[in-house]
Amino acid sequence: MAQKVVDAVKAKFGDAVVATSSEHGDEVITVKRDKLLAIAAFLKDDPAMSFEVPVFVTAIDLAHWQPLGRRGAPDEGTRPAYDAEASDGLRFEVCYQLRSLKHRHRLRVKVQLKETDTKLPSLTPLWAGFNWQERETFDMYGIRFDGHPDLRRIYLYDEFVGYPLRKDYPKDKRQPLVRRPDLVGDH
Amino acid sequence: MADLKTLVLGKKDIADLDTETEMPHELMTVNMGPSHPAMHGTVRIVLTVDGERIVKGDVQPGYLHRCFEKEAEHATYTQIFPYTDRLNYVSPMINNCGYAMAVEKLLGITHRIPRRAEFIRVIVSEISRVTDHMTCVGASAMELGAFGPFLFLLKAREWLYTLLEEVSGARLTHSYVRVGGVGKDLPAGWLPKLAARLTETEAALAEAEQMLNLNKIFRDRMAGVGALSREDAIAWGQTGPVGRAAGIDYDVRKDHPYSVYPEFEFDVPVGTTGDCYDRYLVRVEEIKQSIRILRQAMAALPDGPVMIDDGHVALPPKAEAYNTIEGMIRHFKHIVDGIKVPAGEAYTFVEGGNGELGFFIVGDGTGRPYKCYVRSPSFVHLSTAEKIFKNHLIADIVPIFGMINMIGGECDK
Repeated sequence: MAQKVVDAVKAKFGDAVVATSSEHGDEVITVKRDKLLAIAAFLKDDPAMSFEVPVFVTAIDLAHWQPLGRRGAPDEGTRPAYDAEASDGLRFEVCYQLRSLKHRHRLRVKVQLKETDTKLPSLTPLWAGFNWQERETFDMYGIRFDGHPDLRRIYLYDEFVGYPLRKDYPKDKRQPLVRRPDLVGDH
Repeated sequence: MADLKTLVLGKKDIADLDTETEMPHELMTVNMGPSHPAMHGTVRIVLTVDGERIVKGDVQPGYLHRCFEKEAEHATYTQIFPYTDRLNYVSPMINNCGYAMAVEKLLGITHRIPRRAEFIRVIVSEISRVTDHMTCVGASAMELGAFGPFLFLLKAREWLYTLLEEVSGARLTHSYVRVGGVGKDLPAGWLPKLAARLTETEAALAEAEQMLNLNKIFRDRMAGVGALSREDAIAWGQTGPVGRAAGIDYDVRKDHPYSVYPEFEFDVPVGTTGDCYDRYLVRVEEIKQSIRILRQAMAALPDGPVMIDDGHVALPPKAEAYNTIEGMIRHFKHIVDGIKVPAGEAYTFVEGGNGELGFFIVGDGTGRPYKCYVRSPSFVHLSTAEKIFKNHLIADIVPIFGMINMIGGECDK
């Protein structure tokens, strides 16, 4: 259904679209980071697109990504296993899910990020609803959104060290809350 | 400046409240929560107030964060059902169904779920929606001082909880739905009981409505308070009763139909002003529409199995598990390794009690999800609270908060 959208974005932005896929009826486009804002603005404002509703933001940490196929054999079909040694290894995929009320189509926009450079432009100026969602993604994965009006932790406390939903954060790790006056601001 | 009389009579016009030229004033910070008697759910609000008027309300969720997503990454697909119960704990059945549908989408078995199971899912989901809205309306009314309607609605809610308990074995944390169907069939003689209870529920709702709809105090506290325009509601991603009260004609059951919902006739109530009173009216109407769906589903409930016939997804029958070695091994592998879900990702969303409830699951071919994200409507709705609170009075927080219906478990995950 949203295949038309994918084609339109590809036709307009060409190289900026890294990959497209359609899995289980969900259309996904992966775009280059420096073109994210332009593509997002096009998706929101173009009348044929009109993705006016922000649905969610999250990230996928590919650090332990080792997909298995049938009977436990490595899966060659989907995205390859993550190689931490490779200098161009893309560890994070930030996902923005959008929906159009007018055309009833849906689209997931993805941006891939390296472990050492987890910054991307914030889409909060375009969709106000992404404000808390981006804060959550920052809180859980340490993705930094440039231009976000208020990028603070949302579920956890400011003193928390690390990002709990990253794959290298142990599930059973405990962090008692020790107040640090220097972190207690006016909020 | 408006005189005191206008203020007391409830004219909450912002311009009237501008006291700047008349009185010396300074901003004050007031802490509300995380545990506050007039708010259901643990959330902290740091208010910057100018007298009684809110200049800024910094809403800080997270006091109920139980690491749903981290836990889910370490649990098998079946073990996650109890966690989903604890997201929106007023309508756990809808969470169960939404999560099961996401896994089924990844497995590619969405169209092979037995029809009886789909109907049962619709029935339990709609009962959950009724209990969810009743809790919201009842508790909000109580917070505004109307204790009677709260008791009427909670009485009816308890009837429905008892029915769900008969089905699942637990009053609140049902864990009733399974990947591929539902845990067990409805008990004998359950449907007539439900039919009788629905009639009584309608009577209880009518009683509560009689006490609230034209109640002067209730209307003064709700009407014109916490309004959100349609444009803002869209930009902030509002769905469910909050979005519909603001005039967004969007219901997942109608716009992106799932399960057997296209077979039922029901209306989607849409408000005009987007204020708290509209949210209340939308919820009340949705209870009636849910009862309408329930009656149709009960009449059309087909016979047949309630679990998919697929050894890959369903547990083997008990007789087989206890008497044959193959059955035993399958049972063991199913429990220990979990259902093998092929690598891939899928986003599935259903109409939850509060709005679009979505599960975004990434599978990697093992029995545990690589990632399990939940798009919780409460979290999205609560994020607008700061915008809504602005220029309202401190006392208005109570109805606004009640009608956003933030559920701590769902919001904080």
